[in-house]
Amino acid sequence: MEQRLAALRGGAPQRSLDARALAALAANPGCRRRAVLDAAGVDKTALAARLGTPAPFGQSPFAIARGLRFERRVMSDGCAELLELLRRHLAPAPPYGAADDCPVRPAELVTDPKLPAQRVASTRAALARATESPGVWTLLAHPLLRLEVAGSAVLLEPDLIVVRPDGRWTVVEIKSFPILDGGADPAKVGAAARQAAVYVLALRATAADMAGEKPTDDPHDPYATPQGLAGAPADTVLLVCPKDFSNQAAAAAIDVRKPMAVTRRQLDRLTRIEQLLDALPAGTSFDLDPARDGAVLGDAVGTLDAAYSPDCLAACELAFHCRQEARCAGSVEVLGRGVRGELGSLTTVEAALAAAATTDLPGAPTGDAPDDPPDDAVDEAAARLAHAARLRAEALELALSGAGAGAGARG
Amino acid sequence: MSLLATLARLEAVRSGRAEPLATVLHRHLAERPMVVVPLAAAGETGAPLAVMLGRDRERPRLLTVPQPLDRERRFAFLADLADELLPYLESFGEAVEVLTRETKDSATGEKTEVSRELCLDAPQLIVPNRGGVELLGLLGRSTRFRRTAEDPDPGPYPAPARVPLLGRWLTHLRERAQVPGSSLLLAATDLLGRHWATGQSTLEDQHLGALLAWIDPPAGLTGAEAALRAETGRDARGQLLCPPAGPATDPLFDSGLLAPAIIRYDAARQPAGPGGPPPAGQREQLLARERDIDALLESVLTPVWDQLWQSLELLRRLPPAAHLPDRWTGDRWSYTAHRDRLAAGEPPQPVRDDAVTAARKLAQREREQTTVGVQEALDDPLAMAEHRLAGEALAGVVTGVEPAYDTSGRTPRPRPLVTVRTADRPHAEPGTELHRAGGPSSQRAELVSVGEPRGSVTVRLVSGMGRKKEPEPGSVPEVGEHVCFTLFELTARQSAPLPEPEDTPWTHGGPPGPHPSAAAPALQEEADR
Repeated sequence: MEQRLAALRGGAPQRSLDARALAALAANPGCRRRAVLDAAGVDKTALAARLGTPAPFGQSPFAIARGLRFERRVMSDGCAELLELLRRHLAPAPPYGAADDCPVRPAELVTDPKLPAQRVASTRAALARATESPGVWTLLAHPLLRLEVAGSAVLLEPDLIVVRPDGRWTVVEIKSFPILDGGADPAKVGAAARQAAVYVLALRATAADMAGEKPTDDPHDPYATPQGLAGAPADTVLLVCPKDFSNQAAAAAIDVRKPMAVTRRQLDRLTRIEQLLDALPAGTSFDLDPARDGAVLGDAVGTLDAAYSPDCLAACELAFHCRQEARCAGSVEVLGRGVRGELGSLTTVEAALAAAATTDLPGAPTGDAPDDPPDDAVDEAAARLAHAARLRAEALELALSGAGAGAGARG
Repeated sequence: MSLLATLARLEAVRSGRAEPLATVLHRHLAERPMVVVPLAAAGETGAPLAVMLGRDRERPRLLTVPQPLDRERRFAFLADLADELLPYLESFGEAVEVLTRETKDSATGEKTEVSRELCLDAPQLIVPNRGGVELLGLLGRSTRFRRTAEDPDPGPYPAPARVPLLGRWLTHLRERAQVPGSSLLLAATDLLGRHWATGQSTLEDQHLGALLAWIDPPAGLTGAEAALRAETGRDARGQLLCPPAGPATDPLFDSGLLAPAIIRYDAARQPAGPGGPPPAGQREQLLARERDIDALLESVLTPVWDQLWQSLELLRRLPPAAHLPDRWTGDRWSYTAHRDRLAAGEPPQPVRDDAVTAARKLAQREREQTTVGVQEALDDPLAMAEHRLAGEALAGVVTGVEPAYDTSGRTPRPRPLVTVRTADRPHAEPGTELHRAGGPSSQRAELVSVGEPRGSVTVRLVSGMGRKKEPEPGSVPEVGEHVCFTLFELTARQSAPLPEPEDTPWTHGGPPGPHPSAAAPALQEEADR
């Protein structure tokens, strides 16, 4: 399996998925192109550039600097400010009540980015040690977690994991968008919650593995919480942000059960990579070797079905390529995800416009007699569209003829 | 997106340029609005980077912050912005008309005449997109509580005198922008998006350059090609040909040009040695570095500036809708009320509204939403077509008028039957009340039958025909006339009155307490940055 994916990549090093990419993947689970390219670890930014449609993403150095400055500030002084927030928002269960004087201990982790396996192992060891010694706040800064997604391993790095005195593990996410007057941009909070949900899922998998259990996967209760050690990861995460216009930290506890359930369902639904690979023609490769012909590369990408929608533009490096492809195919999805639902089985612009141009429908759109047999879906969507086209043409004509005459024919 | 809008987008895909979504202009446009292009410093909440503004296309005014992290420079920028904007905002407060109204005292029943001033005109700000509206709101939030040197307790970082006043105006404009149909502060993308449908999604329409590329593509290019060039085209230096319309700048501009320029500026500000005197020529060098930054920001603001004026030109080609003066009066009331609040020395708008104020604002927005919907439908056959498609209205040519009378009373009253040729199928039972749109006066009717005879609808007029036995001339449509009836009422209903804030019931937290000293958080915030 790993070999097959490596062959797809050619000689290039593997790009590992991060939580943001996973959350985006879960947002468009029908996209086979993204699933395979991500699983194979292909550098999509470079691929997009080779295809002549470079990704429009980038982060301003000012924003990065600001994010780092804030995170450093929160973690400075032995995390004094952070601990204050932790104690306020994550009051541990009795007997470690409000009068909290539990000591704080930063965990020692392997931090060398070249040793991912050791980092994962040291994170597990630190979690095990911390859970064995209750009554202590243990802070794991930048731990590394492993999560199995659609048959391949993904490494995830949360900002911070806190083991509370009562033995619960909490994910802490530090973001640089502000909590202004007690509220924050819902889109950004939602994205942060989806990202944190991926971390909690990874933490759950780790905990279940440490407890020697299978991760619970009750199809009837997406909110089921396992018992014992496997249930140690809390499903409430702490979001730490700048307060108002300042550099001071404010925090909010966010219940991520819902994004967790959604993400887990979406990740489970991801078609098994093996099946997708089996469908590829033999010899397909996404090798980005500059010597390779761009057209061959484009053909290789074309063998993977994409599920483009305009939302992709904000999330996927290949979006411009897929948009171009969808436009060439005349697909109606380029106008928005909802349009597809509105037009039923009319999937191309040409088909929809042809339906709109149908004029020989008698009288009213749904037939005059109410006891007409119900039309099938194509005809109903087409009839609605034809009626809309008639109304639009009538209104435009009326406006043209009545432009000088004014309101007499209004409506 | 409605099916009609989708259809327009489909047509735009085929034709390669935007298709009309309105036949008239649905928002008030001032003769000389104040055009404002604000830029924010990346990563910093509500920290301004630059603004280009003015009422004359040929003479834009550029204000910049060479180092966004420097409090002094930010304050200087805000003071300059106040100097530019406040005279414009305040200039409409002088010319007023006086309206008198008779009110009855509910306790004594005594009638008194109350006169109120209404400003004859109001300011109008045009920004590129909703992000610009949000940024102005953030600037308002961050400045309206600031203390100035004139305060009894100015705090460690007093702001320039007029900055809090600017904050209160910006807050008011931002608030008003949330009222449907209001026109004090408008985003160009919203304006264009209301009047044209492009061959791309609404998400992509948020890019002003791409939206304009569809509406007015340069010669030889289709809308899609021009939009792609606006989105991704880069010059030899790797900079976008069409810089984003703010408030964020392109990350590659930040890293490639702006960041190095700011570093050079910072270096020029450093004294040569610790404690030593500044080297000769340092001031000139600093000014030169500042001019470099100004030139960079001007280079990314000027294209957007031109796009905004181009947008205004395109919009002015549409004939104004009939109800625009009506809705602009609402904006004038809003402006006048804020002017009065400032004159009365009221404190700045609170961070959070009390329960009654919040409920009032919500009720107002709901009412305005209904009003705008109805007025747009009356003004624009394309907007009415939406209602006809939804089965909420019918329109067509009168094919028959049959006199009929209601003889149940002492004198017979006219109740003529009007048959309209139309394919519209109103979603209503016979007997449902209808309202005539575009008629000589407000007139109600009753649905009699749909589809009998085929392709027509029959209604019975029940009011608006005078008090005599025969209807007033002109009040009943004639054969061949185009008529339109709606299922919805043509004026918004008044909601039940809300109590005064002092009478807030305990269920909603009771009467609000005295305003907390709101300046405290602002001080702390400023000290911290």
